[in-house]
Amino acid sequence: MSNLKTFTSGIIKNNPVFVLLLGMCPTLGTTTSAINGLGMGVATMCVLIFSNAIISLIKNLIPSKIRIPAFIVVIASLVTVVELIMKAYTPDLYSALGVFIPLIVVNCIILGRAESFASKNGVLASMLDGAGIGLGFTLSLTIIGSIRELLGSYSIFGQKLIDTDGILIFVLAPGAFLVLGYLLVIFNKLTAKHK
Amino acid sequence: MVLVLFVITAVTSSAVGVVYNMTKDPIEKADQLKTQNALSEVLPKFDNQPNDEKIEKDVDGMKLNVYTARLDGKVVGYAVETFSKNGFNGHIRLIVGFKTDGSIHNISVLSQNETPGLGAKISEKGSKFVAQFSGKNPDSFKLFVKKDGGDVDAITASTITSRAFTEAVNLAYKIFNEIDKEEADNE
Repeated sequence: MSNLKTFTSGIIKNNPVFVLLLGMCPTLGTTTSAINGLGMGVATMCVLIFSNAIISLIKNLIPSKIRIPAFIVVIASLVTVVELIMKAYTPDLYSALGVFIPLIVVNCIILGRAESFASKNGVLASMLDGAGIGLGFTLSLTIIGSIRELLGSYSIFGQKLIDTDGILIFVLAPGAFLVLGYLLVIFNKLTAKHK
Repeated sequence: MVLVLFVITAVTSSAVGVVYNMTKDPIEKADQLKTQNALSEVLPKFDNQPNDEKIEKDVDGMKLNVYTARLDGKVVGYAVETFSKNGFNGHIRLIVGFKTDGSIHNISVLSQNETPGLGAKISEKGSKFVAQFSGKNPDSFKLFVKKDGGDVDAITASTITSRAFTEAVNLAYKIFNEIDKEEADNE
């Protein structure tokens, strides 16, 4: 598979949210607004690129019996690093995402890509895979966040469009499921044509 | 096998340590800047460093700071950190600025986890809910939401948040009264 293909497959064909249905917990939890979705996506993408790179670098040193704990240690440290950096330079976003940042550790997308891609491929390909999947994740979260914010509070990226209260259910938890469900229908319909 | 795992943990933990040291100062600065901004927002005009004149209070296991603001050496107000555990999604932390006569100057939200578009309105700029407290003296302005027989207009569909917010302001007023009494005793 060419590098370009590796990169783009993460965005559409292997889109982590709409196709693989991985990482549902942050997807549903953090997408109350477009900016939160975007922030969560970017944070996850950073971790994903570097964890894929590091794991593909050390893949030959790790005995297969302990590969999972080794991956987790690498991922957990990266998440801590990202968390500290966000706390230092983007405190507002940090407080908005709250507990979901440490929870990137248990995001199955990251461990999944480490196991199924980075541990079998070279560094460059792994980083591209991380970037592609990460970008797919970011885009999906931003789309869900935008729709929920648009319907739920009639604003987009914090800009109020209509000065009244929105349809409340969309910023609450059930709204996340509704929006995700309809987006899955649309996404499947659109991609079905290309198969 | 053990060796490999040991090496991986050793390397990664030292990397985390390095980043921790690198980000320690910026994190502190960001925190201070946040407090500084909040202070200048809630206090009347002052010319001292309220950060250097803080009194620590222990309430329910939470350390709350009270900052003293002075203009030309005279006390013009206090900024009281306060909190409520009864937010819709956990703790709400506020900082409430009091003038010396006990009236509320302004309130700023330090941290909250309320529902965006609903309870989170308390931390929006120019929030009408927060603005209604400005200039009110809790002696005559009953610090309860109207549903509970007070004078506070709750945010529509966010009674729990409004209650918690008001409760936190109440706590701040209690702390302010304690401090005010202590000061009076000292003079």
